[in-house]
Parts: sequence; C-alpha cells; structure tokens
Amino acid sequence: MTKSLHISVLTSLVLLFFVVSDYHDGNLARIMVLAIYAVGYNLLFGYTGLLSLGHALFFAAGMYGLALPIQHLGVSPIEAFAMGLASAATVSLVIGFLALRTTGAAFMIVTLMFAQAGFLALLYFGQWTRGDEGFVIQQADRIIAGIDFSQSTERYFAAFVLFAVAYLLIAWLISTPFGKCLIAIRENEERAQMLGYDVHRHKLLAMLVSGTLSGASGAAYAFLFGYAGATFASVQYSILPLLWVLLGGAGTTIGPLIGTAFAFYLIDISSHFTTAHLLVVGLAIVLLTLFAPQGLAGEIRNRLISWLP
Amino acid sequence: MSKTINLHHQSWSRRKAIKTIAGASAAVTASATIPDVMGYAQSQSSAPIRIGFQVHRTGIGAAYGRWYDRTSQAAVKRINDSGGINGRPVELVAEDDGTDPKRGAEVLEKFATQKNCDVAFGTLFSHVVIGSAPRAGELKLPYFVVSEGHHVASGILNRYTLQPGITDVKSQVEAMAPFIAENLGKKVAMVFPDFAFGHDHRDYFSAAFEKNGGKINALIAIPPTETSFTKYFPKIPQDTEILYHVMVGPAVLTFVKELGEFFGSRRPEMFGFIDSLEAVDIASPGLEFLDGTYMWEGNPRYVQSNQSSHDKLYRQAVGVDSNGASISDSKDVSTYAHMFGCWETLNIIKAGMEDSGYRGPEDRAKLIEAVEAMSAMPLSDDHPQGSKIFNGKTHQTFGHQYITRVSEGKLVLAHTTSIEDTFYPDEVDYTTQSF
Repeated sequence: MTKSLHISVLTSLVLLFFVVSDYHDGNLARIMVLAIYAVGYNLLFGYTGLLSLGHALFFAAGMYGLALPIQHLGVSPIEAFAMGLASAATVSLVIGFLALRTTGAAFMIVTLMFAQAGFLALLYFGQWTRGDEGFVIQQADRIIAGIDFSQSTERYFAAFVLFAVAYLLIAWLISTPFGKCLIAIRENEERAQMLGYDVHRHKLLAMLVSGTLSGASGAAYAFLFGYAGATFASVQYSILPLLWVLLGGAGTTIGPLIGTAFAFYLIDISSHFTTAHLLVVGLAIVLLTLFAPQGLAGEIRNRLISWLP
Repeated sequence: MSKTINLHHQSWSRRKAIKTIAGASAAVTASATIPDVMGYAQSQSSAPIRIGFQVHRTGIGAAYGRWYDRTSQAAVKRINDSGGINGRPVELVAEDDGTDPKRGAEVLEKFATQKNCDVAFGTLFSHVVIGSAPRAGELKLPYFVVSEGHHVASGILNRYTLQPGITDVKSQVEAMAPFIAENLGKKVAMVFPDFAFGHDHRDYFSAAFEKNGGKINALIAIPPTETSFTKYFPKIPQDTEILYHVMVGPAVLTFVKELGEFFGSRRPEMFGFIDSLEAVDIASPGLEFLDGTYMWEGNPRYVQSNQSSHDKLYRQAVGVDSNGASISDSKDVSTYAHMFGCWETLNIIKAGMEDSGYRGPEDRAKLIEAVEAMSAMPLSDDHPQGSKIFNGKTHQTFGHQYITRVSEGKLVLAHTTSIEDTFYPDEVDYTTQSF
C-alpha cells in the first residue's frame, strides 16, 4: 500500500510536467526543490519532535557551500554540490552537538540564535558573499555533461530526481528501527531512554540528516535558479519550512510536499485578487490550525486513509 | 428561475455550504491560474502592450513600492492619453514581490509564462533584481529595473536586464567626491550599514575621495540589526571634518537624535544620502540636527527656484506637492529621489518599442537592441529629472546628481553635478552576448 502511494506520488509529478502549462512547470520545479527543505525539516520536527527555528542556517550552508566554490574557485557543479552537502552536514553536526544540550523552548532559541549569527556572518563577509545582495550563478556554470540546467525541462527533472531521493530516503528511514526510535523519542523521550536507546545519538543523527537535506535543497535552489543571497539565511526562511510542514501534516511523508505546494499557490493565487494577500494567507493558516490541526495530510490520515505513512 | 426558487427551499447543511464554497473557490482559482488569454482573442495589433510591474507592496521596500506604483500608473496614463505605444494601449500588470528575491523570480516567471507580459519592469531592491535577473535571461524577457544598484553595469547580470531610467550607486557616489573635497573638507569619517549597499559606498566613495585629495580617517560599519548608535560615535576621530552617513535604516530618527546629543553645537560638516529619509518628512521632530547639512538626492524633493516645466508636469501627474508629499495627504511623503526612474523607464520602453516596431514577444530582441542603440536622453517631459546619457554596452544610464542643503526643514539645491562627473570605465559589454 505504502509503496503504491510513493510510486503514485512520484509518477504524478512526472506526468504533471506534460500536462500543466509552462508556468506551473516552473512552479512545480521550485516547489519540489523547496519541498526537499520541508522533508528535511519534517524529519526533525514531525518525526523526532524537535522544533528548530534555525534551519535557514542549514539551507544557506548548502546554498553557499555550492555557490561560493563555483563563484570563487571555479569548481565544477557536481563537486560544488558535494561541497554544499558536506558544508550542510558539517554545520548541522556542529550545531546539533551544541544545541541538543538544550530542549524545548531553549532548543528553539539556541537554533534561532545560531541561524541569526550565520545570517550576520554572511553579511559581514560581504566581500565574498555579496551579503544581502547575493550573486548570480551564471548559466555557463550550470551545465553538467552538456545538459543545461537553466532550461525548464532539465531543471524540472533535476528537481524531481532530487525530491524523489529525499522523499524515498525519509520514507525508508522512518520504516527502519532508527526511524521508529525517532518516533519513540517524539512520543516520550524519557521512555525511549529508559528502554535503553541512546537518545542523544539518535537526535544528533536526525539533526544531521535533517540539516543535510535542508542544505541539499539550498544547493539545488542556487544551482537550478542561479542565485545565492543572504535573504535565504534570514529568520523568515527558518519559519517557512515549519509553516509548510504544519500545513501539510507533520510526521507524514507526503505532508511536506502538500504543505509547500499549498503555501506556494495560496500566495500566488490570492495575490492575483488582492494586495492584502498576506491577510488571506494568515486567515488560511488560522482556519487550518483550527479545523485541521494535524495538517492536510494528517486530516486525510485521520478521516480517510488510516495507513497513510 | 425554478432552480433559484428551489434553492430557497433547500436546507443548508454545513456540508452543502462547504461544497458550494469549494465549488466557487475552484471557479475563482481557475480564473486566476488559467493564462490571461481573453484579451488575445482580438487581433494582436490592437491588443494592449502588457508591462509586468514587479512592485514591492510588502516587505522592507513597501514605502518605496507605494510611490513606484503611483509614479508608474501616472506614466502609463500619460502614455495612453497620448495614443499608447505603436497605437496600442499599455496595461500595467502589477504583482507584489514581497521585496524578496525568491518571490521576485517567481513573479517574473508569472509575467512571462502566465500573464503574457511583453516586458517586466520596476524593481528597486538590489537583492530582488539579482535574484530575478537570471530568470529574465532564461525566459528571454526584457527586464527594465529601477534599482540604482551597480549590479547591471558590473556585468553580473545578462543581456535581458537593463537600467536605463536611473543612475547607479557607483556613479552617484563617485560624483559626490569632488564636491565634498572642494567644499566641505578633506578628512571624512564614514558611517555606513554593514551590508552590500553600505560596502559599495565604503569602497567607491573611499577610492573617489582619495583621488580628489581627501583622506578617509574612519570607516564605521553599523550592523543591520542595530537600534542605538551612541556607542559608535566615539570612533569618529576628533579631527574629522566631514561625517558621511548613508542608509542607517529604519532607525534613522534615533541615529540623528543621538548624533545631535553626542556632538551638540560643535558638529563637523555632514553629508548624507537621502535613502533612509525617503518617505520621511525632513521637518520631523528629531531631525532638527540635520539643519545645515548636505544630502544627495536623485531628484530634489522640494520644488526649487529653477524648477523646470518638465518637473512641474511630472509632479502634477504623479500627484506630488511642492514639498514632495502627496497632494491629498501632506503627511504622505514621497520617495522623490528615486521614483522618477519609473516614469523615465516607461518612456524609454515606449521609445524602444516604437524605434524597433515592436509587435509582440517575437520582437523582444529587437526591443533590447533599440534601447542599446539609445544614447543622449535630453531633459524633457519624458525625462523630467534631467538629461542623461545611456551606455548601451553596460545597459546603464548616467545623469546629473543633486546635492541639497537642509535649511529650515526643507532641502534647498546647493549643487548639480555634470553627467561627466558620474562616468567610470565600462566593466562589461552586454552587446557581445547572444540573445
């Protein structure tokens, strides 16, 4: 059942490319890239029960881990992508090591502070990062083996492959004993500890995977859309994955994709009708929180498909 | 008719109500997501020219965005009143970018692939321009920015991105150096925000000022999150002759007030950029300390004694009074130093489309070539800020800069630079890039 669902989701994303207009193709590519960020966030928040307010730091670590070597060292995109992943993994491991000494509200504040420090560091080292303005990754630097990833088809399928890897990785991970232990920690950390699980190690590994996936999203965004800027390290971009996961359904595999798409089109469509589109977005969030507190996928699981992973 | 009567007899359960709302929402949503093809049912020759306007309605650029919007609406009205472009009416398709580079790129995509816009236009904040420009190049959508950033002329963008209606920060800053060195003093302490815009001032002004025989005796960077500035003032050396300040941000009133408390009546000469004080009444309580200091303005906010007929027409069309505020609300102060760029850019788009015989998106390359071929832009109703020289290779315009002095709560013109003062060597030739 679960396998069929995953295959259906991924097949639908492939088919959508051929069905919808160019505009929605572009949007879907963007949504899939950002959904990787939400998938990563969901592992820590939705499955492990750790609410981070500093994930923009990991997103930016991946983004700049890819963009700076391309810009200043002229490395190839594949090497740069590996550097982006390594950068996000290192940062998430270090921040995890420090921040996981705290819990609850303190964990939120510590992660927020680290992210803010990262944001200010990007501004401070403007000579290399171009700070808030950011910089462009030129089209010539976005070609791998003759494939130009600035073109819509190539970009769409690159986004799809990356999303599929992230999606299936998390779907597999939560079915393993490691994933079950994360859920146990979310449900009752003391009990998991009492049962003999190394809770700190599990949380640190969850942070590592979550941060690295967030960084993969940042690196993919920079590479596929040709821009890296400090805005992506700002507090707003730490809040967004939380919002997407809450809207889509925390602790569900499909929730991050649904939430990212829902938030994207909510802004896109409401801005068509009113300049007060943020009010519409706010209202929708309040209504969802009131009537679907477990997010869209969470409600589907509660009401229709109880086996939804 | 019978259906209507029947409906009145139906009992409205919550489920039915939700279904109805869902149906209506779907219909409304569909109307928003289906490309705007209705207007294209008619022949292209009479269809409107659609200009996608990337406007900062929300986010940090909202005050600028409000006035960029008013200026652009006024410019489009004037163009339409005089017959449109190539006989076709012009339609402004505005969309909020949230002053965010991610949303900016998405909006640009919407203009090109959903809204059937011929060109995109209007962006101010540099990070939105730089985040959006790659998509403009990929979508082959001419993108006319009104940003004053050096990003276009620096060569990091692409052939589809142009800045023909407003000068860039590098030329503005470099043109200030001779005036300051000759009239205000030789030793400058610079107070600037510790991000890219401030760094541009630091680097370009320092180099230009030293070339003019001056000396920078302190560089004081203010972190962007700062709300109080007193602790930075002791870093200003005692022999400072001029304090150069720029864009300290929303806390500018605190900055000026604390500066006044620190220096009292024995302040050095002061020179600042108007950017932080755009949309702020210069006669606001707390700004008295600025009296007698000098400001850069892209276009003088207050009506000057030598006001041209062109500024008069422009000011009236946009709805700005002689003090630079809205004619309907004297407290609603404009962003006069920058917003002329929208007016002038729209007139350049019109001229470019007419020169190239623009008919539709297939002529976008011709439009860019026509704009690249432009050079002198004389002072006129189309260019009320002043005459300009456009550099087709760098896609950047150069023009006069204005230095005003704060006097009794107003800004009085003290000096107008020549266009030549703003020149610097080309850093790119976009015309060598293919379409």
